[in-house]
Amino acid sequence: MADVVLNNISKTYNKGEVVAVDDISFSVEKGELFGLIGPDGAGKTSIFRVLTTLILPDSGTASINGFDVVKDFKNIRMNVGYMPGKFSLYQDLSVEENLNFFATIFNTTIEANFDLIKDIYVQIEPFKNRRAGKLSGGMKQKLALCCALIHRPTVLFLDEPTTGVDTVSRKEFWEMLKRLKEQGITILVSTPYMDEATLCERIALMQNGKIMSIDTPQKIIEQYPKPLYAIKSENMSLLLNNLRKIDEVESCNSFGEFHHITFRENIPIENQIHMISLLQKNGQHSQIEIKQVTPTIEDCFIKLMN
Amino acid sequence: MTNEIVIKTDKLTKRFGDFIATNEISFDVYKGEIFGFLGANGAGKTTAMKMLCGLSTPSSGSATIAGFDIYKQTESIKKNIGYMSQKFSLYEDLTVLENIQFFGGIYGLSDMQLKEKSESLIETLGMKEDAKKLVGSLPLGWKQKLSFSVAILHEPQIVFLDEPTGGVDPVTRRQFWDLIYNAADRGITIFVTTHYMDEAEYCNRVTMMVDGIIKALDTPTKLKQQFSAATMDEVFFELARGAKRKAD
Repeated sequence: MADVVLNNISKTYNKGEVVAVDDISFSVEKGELFGLIGPDGAGKTSIFRVLTTLILPDSGTASINGFDVVKDFKNIRMNVGYMPGKFSLYQDLSVEENLNFFATIFNTTIEANFDLIKDIYVQIEPFKNRRAGKLSGGMKQKLALCCALIHRPTVLFLDEPTTGVDTVSRKEFWEMLKRLKEQGITILVSTPYMDEATLCERIALMQNGKIMSIDTPQKIIEQYPKPLYAIKSENMSLLLNNLRKIDEVESCNSFGEFHHITFRENIPIENQIHMISLLQKNGQHSQIEIKQVTPTIEDCFIKLMN
Repeated sequence: MTNEIVIKTDKLTKRFGDFIATNEISFDVYKGEIFGFLGANGAGKTTAMKMLCGLSTPSSGSATIAGFDIYKQTESIKKNIGYMSQKFSLYEDLTVLENIQFFGGIYGLSDMQLKEKSESLIETLGMKEDAKKLVGSLPLGWKQKLSFSVAILHEPQIVFLDEPTGGVDPVTRRQFWDLIYNAADRGITIFVTTHYMDEAEYCNRVTMMVDGIIKALDTPTKLKQQFSAATMDEVFFELARGAKRKAD
């Protein structure tokens, strides 16, 4: 059974001027790790706030564990965990006091569910007497996760937990999520980092309040419409400009040390030879390297945006 | 990129009590270079950047920024650099044009220069239709591109960019880098921090800070060779995973 269900949810702000969420429907299965992937302004936070009963949708219905987000908001609040994008714990309470506070609010104790947070809590335990406001970013994030878990929620909502966090801490955080999933908790997580998409079981790629695609990362990658090539030369900035002027090249985007390109027609070998000879003609490029590559989620996202 | 040095630091150090936020960092940055300044959270990047911008006095060591001394000539430094962070800092309740004129005025551009600059800037950004719109109503990607353009309005020698593309969509992120390349080609030195490792590849050289010191400094290609890594992400992971400090 689906734990989270959205049917045609819309949400606008400023008297309808700003459309944040535009007629969105999807569901998250029990025990699933589901990712909302998209840039700022895609509508991710509004979806979280509707599902956690903090704001009312303009239209549409949604439910968590079968409870309606409007009628049954009290049941939902008792049963979900929510970690907002902005640090929202009590800055002037200590680590331990914050955790104790949230446990008490949910009529439980730290001890009752300690096994669930143990792995995470031991990392911040040495600072348990420090005020939350004095913690570093990584430790705040871990404390917030502990507080969101202390009542053993059925569904966990994590709004951009890794934004602004360095790549090492991000990897650690996703390891933690995997372990929580193994405990049977349904997780809905959002991120602007496209490379994190492949760590989810299913993802929704979002832009301007709409879902552009929803599937497993693997299937989304398989749906990429054309063969994709990576190309590099000694002068990447010039190469980008040159490629954009070649008729046969349909799209060209920089991706780290390579540019990723697709061709208008699916006759890649001839196109490649022709293109390379064009690039070499002006003598500005040496050591041109080209190879076919598997698209990343970011390639798919860019393709869907156009 | 040229051989002319625009940032030179020698054992630059900042202490807060017993805590050494940046520990004897030494490096040179060249005119027109795109210089990536990376590191784990808490590595000391922000502290270092504040000193380089003339906002924080070092505890020891020396540095010249755009030819000016980091201790004695901080006001001259500020006039010759631009700064932009992920946190949007233009005035949301002023229009695009008003923001350009306001910041241009602050940097001492003449009326004539201001008129020319704002026209060409609005043209380049493709914002003709939006010049009279309040900045607050623009999409994030546009705001960031506008912020960057305003930060280099006075043609500074160096522009400091602190995670300029955080949360920006992948297409706008690439357009933003087009602007960066453009500015670098005009001789403006780019000093940039980012959490996107593909962007580290776009830099001429990259530094990796860990626990207050510079652990590595080289071109992306050489760094990857040095650590036998396929991507900059792996290089970063290799260098930062031993970090002891996990502050913000």
